[in-house]
Amino acid sequence: MRMVQRTNISKRKALMIRLTAVLLAIVSSGIFLAAMGHNPFLVYKAMILGAFGTAYRLQSTMETAIPLIITSIGIMIAFKMKFWNIGAEGQILMGAFIASYFALYFWYLPKLVLLPLMFIGAFAGGGLYALIAGLLKVHLGTNETIVTLMLNYIALKWITHLQYGPWKDPNGHGFPQIAQFPVSARLPSLFGLHIGWVIMVVLVIVTTIVLKMTKIGYKIEVVGESQKTALYAGMNVKKIITGAVFVSGGICGLTGMIEASAINGTLSVGLSQGYGFTAIITAWLSGLKTSVIIPVAILFSAMIKGSSFIQSAFLIPQSVADIIQALILFFVIGCEFFVRYRLVRNNREVA
Amino acid sequence: MESFLIAAVIASTSLLFATLGEIITEKAGMLNLGVEGMMLLGATAGFIGGYESGNPYVAILLAIVFGGLGGLIYGFLTISLRSNQVVSGLALTIFGTGASSFFGSSYTGLKMSDEIINFFAPKAIPVLSKIPLLGNVFFNQSVFVYLAYLSAILMGIYMYHTSFGLSLKSVGEAPYAADAAGIHVIWYKYINVIIGGALCGLGGAFLSVVNVPQWQDGIIAGRGWIAIALVIFVKWNPYKAVGGALLFGGLSIVGFRLQAYNISQSLLDMLPYIVTIVVLVLSSIKGNNDSAPKALSIPYFREER
Repeated sequence: MRMVQRTNISKRKALMIRLTAVLLAIVSSGIFLAAMGHNPFLVYKAMILGAFGTAYRLQSTMETAIPLIITSIGIMIAFKMKFWNIGAEGQILMGAFIASYFALYFWYLPKLVLLPLMFIGAFAGGGLYALIAGLLKVHLGTNETIVTLMLNYIALKWITHLQYGPWKDPNGHGFPQIAQFPVSARLPSLFGLHIGWVIMVVLVIVTTIVLKMTKIGYKIEVVGESQKTALYAGMNVKKIITGAVFVSGGICGLTGMIEASAINGTLSVGLSQGYGFTAIITAWLSGLKTSVIIPVAILFSAMIKGSSFIQSAFLIPQSVADIIQALILFFVIGCEFFVRYRLVRNNREVA
Repeated sequence: MESFLIAAVIASTSLLFATLGEIITEKAGMLNLGVEGMMLLGATAGFIGGYESGNPYVAILLAIVFGGLGGLIYGFLTISLRSNQVVSGLALTIFGTGASSFFGSSYTGLKMSDEIINFFAPKAIPVLSKIPLLGNVFFNQSVFVYLAYLSAILMGIYMYHTSFGLSLKSVGEAPYAADAAGIHVIWYKYINVIIGGALCGLGGAFLSVVNVPQWQDGIIAGRGWIAIALVIFVKWNPYKAVGGALLFGGLSIVGFRLQAYNISQSLLDMLPYIVTIVVLVLSSIKGNNDSAPKALSIPYFREER
């Protein structure tokens, strides 16, 4: 056996390979569940019902999907230029930090002033935090993967410090928690879901248009394909990368504001719930395409919510969601090989 | 001071194992961000193996096997199937987190058996432990700690004094040239990635079997990421890893002892990460990234030679 690079592959065939991979992941998770003494069909059915079964569950699945989609879009923009921003977790927290600063210290402002202020602050907070890695990469060639990774933990420790120290709520009965936001700092709801979904939809549309139809989007595309080409074409590669990294981190920062303002009502260490890492996966599995991010992120949210449901119904630990997610990932990232290459038997080879 | 240093050595041991594991992985040109996941796999397998069998050797063996298995999964994805290394490593961490939490859930709060705790209790090495100041700190420790020193020395010998080490270096620096020179690049990558995983597994097991020694969910608590930072800090050198791990391990417990001075442990906890960024920046300013394997995280495709 040897492998031959495919020169071209039809979209349909590529999709078939990827769907087969997902199917294989579901089958092998099923075997795993059966080995644990559960009926996989019942478990899967319960997971689907747990994620979409009632209006309330659907709402809670969507509440998970919103931050995941927004963060994935942020990450996607950086990934498109082969800038491996794995610091979304930190950018979410720093966005939430700035938003919370306005919520806690400018609480007296009217809602229509305060919320936009928090919004801009969160974008700047996440963006500037990502820019640290962006500037280091562009000007000194420092490895952005490691820097963004380290910045995650610095952000996490910073929020821990605030929560246990200077921002600890004096009226919190000694619990290490930050005071609840005033009503003026809480995002309102629209059609039964917090308004973060509107932000998400607008963001999806804007990013799609910018990436597909504008000069900036084209430049990002070229820089991602080859920095040398971009340089020959007279593009300011450094400016394009730093700008896009700022926007990438800024969008992740928005997730922080939405989670703090709409879901938690305050800032806390556990705010990001690992969205920053899960979104790397969803962005990658979507092939860095905005339109694909939405279904993939909803699928992942359904898995998270569905497995928290089966925890009570079947006494299966919720961590089974992580295992299934990881299996899907292993199969899907592995299957890309078969999209790019095909295996040929050696003896068939002619000259 | 002595008690602090003894505690620092203990706090550094799991970091040392994981750092050594990632050094050898990266030396083969592979950036495996799944350290945390492999440590969790080793911690879980080591704890369950030790708890169920009461045999310390079973605990160590299982930690090696399951850590190595994590490395194998990553290796298969990135070496054979040529997947993106960053994404594959993250997937491995997600898998390790899930599997550890899943299989460990029925052991939460359970304590390791007394036989094993006694087996891994500090034992003085006859002559060395009598060295003034340092003897008691370094040579009156658990055998598991000695195993970490031994791993560092063996890795140093492997990397710097054997022809295998030289081949490994060429695989990480210039895989196409190594291939042309008759070195089996793919095998080198696989074997070192698996050894790296096994070492990470040992690092995890040290925490669950010796250091804590009680099962708790998420027992690694981010140490895997510190280890990735440490690799850069010690410039891929297994001997320097001993000192680096000691420094970062010491930093992780110093806040507890400085409580009287009202210094926030959270802010001190940032130090390892800040130091890593500073080291990384300094080495990129000097442009002497000599120690970093040149082909790190660049996939190797033989037919594209």
